[in-house]
Amino acid sequence: MPKYVIVGACAAGISAVEAIREVDPVGTITVISEETCPQYSRPMISDFVSGKANLEKMKTRDDQFWTKNAVRALTGKKAVTLNLAERTVAIDSGDKINYEKLLIATGGKPFVPKMEGSDKDGVFTFTTISDAERIAAKIDAINAKKAVVIGAGLIGISVTEALVKRGLKVTLVELQDKILSLILDPQASDIIENVVKEAGVTTVTGQSVQRIIGKPENDHAVGSVSLTKGEQIPTDLVIVAIGVVPRTELLAGTDVKTNRGIIVDNFMQTNVPDVYASGDVAEAYDFILNQNRLLPLWPLATLGGKIAGYNMAGKKTAYSGGTNMSALKYFDIPIISIGLANPKEDSTFEILVKHDAEKNVYKKIVLKDNVIVGMTFVNAIERAGILFYLMKNRVNVKKLKPELLTENFGLATLPAPLRRKMNIGE
Amino acid sequence: MVKRIIAKQEHCMGCGLCEVYCTVQYSKSKDPVKAYNREKPRPISRVRLEMNKPVSFAIQCRHCEDAPCAQACLTGAMHKDEETGLVTHNPEKCVGCWTCIMVCPYGAIKMDVQGKVVAKCDACIELDIPACVANCPNGALECKEAKH
Repeated sequence: MPKYVIVGACAAGISAVEAIREVDPVGTITVISEETCPQYSRPMISDFVSGKANLEKMKTRDDQFWTKNAVRALTGKKAVTLNLAERTVAIDSGDKINYEKLLIATGGKPFVPKMEGSDKDGVFTFTTISDAERIAAKIDAINAKKAVVIGAGLIGISVTEALVKRGLKVTLVELQDKILSLILDPQASDIIENVVKEAGVTTVTGQSVQRIIGKPENDHAVGSVSLTKGEQIPTDLVIVAIGVVPRTELLAGTDVKTNRGIIVDNFMQTNVPDVYASGDVAEAYDFILNQNRLLPLWPLATLGGKIAGYNMAGKKTAYSGGTNMSALKYFDIPIISIGLANPKEDSTFEILVKHDAEKNVYKKIVLKDNVIVGMTFVNAIERAGILFYLMKNRVNVKKLKPELLTENFGLATLPAPLRRKMNIGE
Repeated sequence: MVKRIIAKQEHCMGCGLCEVYCTVQYSKSKDPVKAYNREKPRPISRVRLEMNKPVSFAIQCRHCEDAPCAQACLTGAMHKDEETGLVTHNPEKCVGCWTCIMVCPYGAIKMDVQGKVVAKCDACIELDIPACVANCPNGALECKEAKH
């Protein structure tokens, strides 16, 4: 009877459990997780802080998930050493867990740069429910009125929105010239920046926080931050949301190959047989860049975990790949942005753009050799998935180009053979 | 076996009655006049008439076997029901993140902007024949039992 061990119980780990059980109802599954709470949606922690969701609403699986899937759940435990020769994972209580197939789904941890004062009371990161609980409790405890958020990526904007909804005055500090610069082009970034400002947020771009300074009456508590150009901004809280780095500590000193993350093949297996990795810790395939890279995104972690689970259980399944893809709802502006939405200057890209300033609608498609390699849709997203399908399947859209950005573009615009392939009708 | 709704393009006249009856089916009153004129927010049709003359057909959730929407869902609101084969959506759990919309190849998931959630076809589970199929005047929608 195979013994599966999964380290990590977030998106990838949970999805792997389900995939294994789909194939193998009897093998033993052990999951080691540092978190003690039930499976919950990490992207929803901002809704927790804003008060829109409680933990009950955030649960992504029901409470019987472990028992239903016959999982031995070692929650509140940390995997500390991996011994590939013995095929064991040692946990912090001293026990060693034997595996035949191992999945590393340890995810990422927030990156906090060296910064004077980052140890002060009132400095937080924002990736787990405990972070959200601590922030919410702190706001209540000190009746916080002001916050500084460092980093205007996905996490930074989502925590900003949550804090605004709780009535805080937020200053958003971003080192790049534009907010959400890894996801959006300058035009789409401006649309979001405008709504962020309208919501009362002060945005500071092209600068970072140099120093976190204590309150005059209590140096241990956050009182203000000083920016690159010297300006000092009073604040009660500092949220560091610069990014996440893969948690590869467990593999230190082992033969498992890592780059920034763990390197995996298209079956989510590492260079060491029977050792798999997926989710934010792994460098998996990006079908647009045609190379492996870190893509710390929830849907891709779920998909990668599923692929790992199938392969661990013996159902050989290749990963079709992901890419940088995000759907956003910040401040009620719906945005979908996928792939090379903001490519560097390169004459081999063809760019189609439609901007309706009155309706605040912005659509952009990036083509290379008549194949869609990037897209951004703002305020008109309902049928963007059709374009994602064309992108993912590398459909030549040469003849469709005049239609792609029209309001009417949809399934009926597609050529009949493609519609048949998609199995739409008869 | 799964209830599947098949569009017959060659029979579709593009009248849009499928959207009307779908809207009514998802309304509180189940009455066309009230559904369209009085219910606020107006109920949302889960079927969409795709039209590019002379081509037209009605499309709704395909209840895909690999259900990319359920896969991508951030909250567990979208779920592939193994027993019925249907992809179900729980608005109580939905936060309107629009991730499912991004990955639906059919553009079959709608935004309920007012409720800040998504809306999609549930194949009228409580009816023998889905409303769009039953009310299509030209037999351009058919309900079949399929393996998935």
